[in-house]
Amino acid sequence: MNPAIREQFPILHQEINGHPLVYLDNAATSQKPLAVIEAIKHYYEYENSNVHRGVHTLGSRATDAYEGAREKVAKFINARRTQEIIFTRGTTTALNLVASSYGRAVCKEGDEIVITQMEHHSNLIPWQQVAKETGATLKYIPLQPDGNIDLADVEKTITNNTKIVAIAYVSNVMGVVHPVKQIAEIAHRKGAVIVVDGAQSTPHMKVDVQDLDCDFYALSGHKMCGPTGIGALYGKKALLESMEPVEFGGEMIDDVGLYESNWKELPWKFEGGTPIIAGAVGLGAAIDFLEQIGMDEIAHHESVLAAYATERMAEIDGLTIYGPAKRHVGVVTFNLGDVHPHDVATVLDASGVAIRAGHHCCQPLMRWLEVSSTARASFYLYNNEQDVDRLVSALIQTKEYFGDAT
Amino acid sequence: MQLDDLYRRVIMDHYKNPRNRGTFDNEAVTVNLNNPTCGDRISLQLLLKDGIVQEAKYTGEGCSISMSSASMMTEAVKGKTMEQALDMANRFSSLMKGEEVDFDDYEDLEALSGVNKFPARIKCATLAWNALRKGIDEEDNVQ
Repeated sequence: MNPAIREQFPILHQEINGHPLVYLDNAATSQKPLAVIEAIKHYYEYENSNVHRGVHTLGSRATDAYEGAREKVAKFINARRTQEIIFTRGTTTALNLVASSYGRAVCKEGDEIVITQMEHHSNLIPWQQVAKETGATLKYIPLQPDGNIDLADVEKTITNNTKIVAIAYVSNVMGVVHPVKQIAEIAHRKGAVIVVDGAQSTPHMKVDVQDLDCDFYALSGHKMCGPTGIGALYGKKALLESMEPVEFGGEMIDDVGLYESNWKELPWKFEGGTPIIAGAVGLGAAIDFLEQIGMDEIAHHESVLAAYATERMAEIDGLTIYGPAKRHVGVVTFNLGDVHPHDVATVLDASGVAIRAGHHCCQPLMRWLEVSSTARASFYLYNNEQDVDRLVSALIQTKEYFGDAT
Repeated sequence: MQLDDLYRRVIMDHYKNPRNRGTFDNEAVTVNLNNPTCGDRISLQLLLKDGIVQEAKYTGEGCSISMSSASMMTEAVKGKTMEQALDMANRFSSLMKGEEVDFDDYEDLEALSGVNKFPARIKCATLAWNALRKGIDEEDNVQ
């Protein structure tokens, strides 16, 4: 990776507690390059207006900027049509939209919704709620000891009664990439649709929703160099057309009467209210930035870094890494002996190294791992081997600090 | 940022040699509290009789700050009246806000004064004290 890329991220060039910042909490949120910060600034300085209604010039500029961002998202994940992209607040809102609209409409008693115990709470609770409200059964695909899933188990868990399969492409804890394309094939063969949580995959690898043949795909802008508060839901046109909106108001209507109203066509029928225009513009700039570097290049960089990190971290006596021995994505979840992850994160922070500690919005997975919480270092395109070295030496210091607790 | 402000010897001592860790059989008030953002949890048992905290024990899991704080809190309030215990809880809240507070009645608590410089960790230190307040409140409601 070109070291000049790091220069594009102003936030990385500061000291935290007297040490140069090493930011390793990218699975929580990524940092933003100048191009994205400038794009949002430019939007507010030259284009800001409401979309789809202003007759004036600024109205057209804002609409062009907003709809242009939608086209970028569609191309980025290779959707067949731009109207299959609905802007949302993020992955959570996108998944809730599918659950509330599609899930509640199609599920009834006797039906099944299939997920895994590794899902982020945002791809678990919405389905729990749908199951409770409709009488459908929530089923879990079993996990292998290293967090991978076996396709034979997928075949067994998904039955002809399954209506929805919902799964993350990449786990935010275990660094596992699930065989979503094969799972989609199995789901479709049994008459179910597949909903993919793309929060952790979209920022880090090339995604092709047509090749995966997934029915829904959710993503967040802020994890892929974009601003917070913007994300997207991809859905196959026929499915989206069959669904009812979940938010009603301005922007999403065609004709409003006193007792009946009807909706705009896709994608706007799902975008009630003034949309997140500046956020979409920022996301569009983030996509341009990532594509300029190349998603394959980013994936390669992270896979090399993940291999180096796991190798160096394994040298630390008493450190346990969760997940597969060989990983391709830059998420490394671990515990350092009996030192509580909170204490690990505090000592690391004192050395300027930012990691996450806690349950990572995955309480059922923590129970499966039989831990109350873990520490997690997660990498992105601007991280390098020096960052890993700083992490490792800070971990060794932590171990020394806590002495016999390790 | 000085780590030793946070992890003082007294704290590490309570963490590694916890006092009052466990449960007891007597009729007791039990309070279960957790800290959903980090997964710390405490189960506090209190024997409150004649307006006095006769016994206090805890189980749970969490970081060095939350567990050492639980160890200190149970030591501190044992034998105190409920009123005195609540007064200590209030003084502990002030300590977490960075105010000057004396704990002549249990000096170990002053070791936690450094926590106020680590905003992310204050909720770890207050977990046990919140459980205490809840336990005393419940007892009050029964009477």
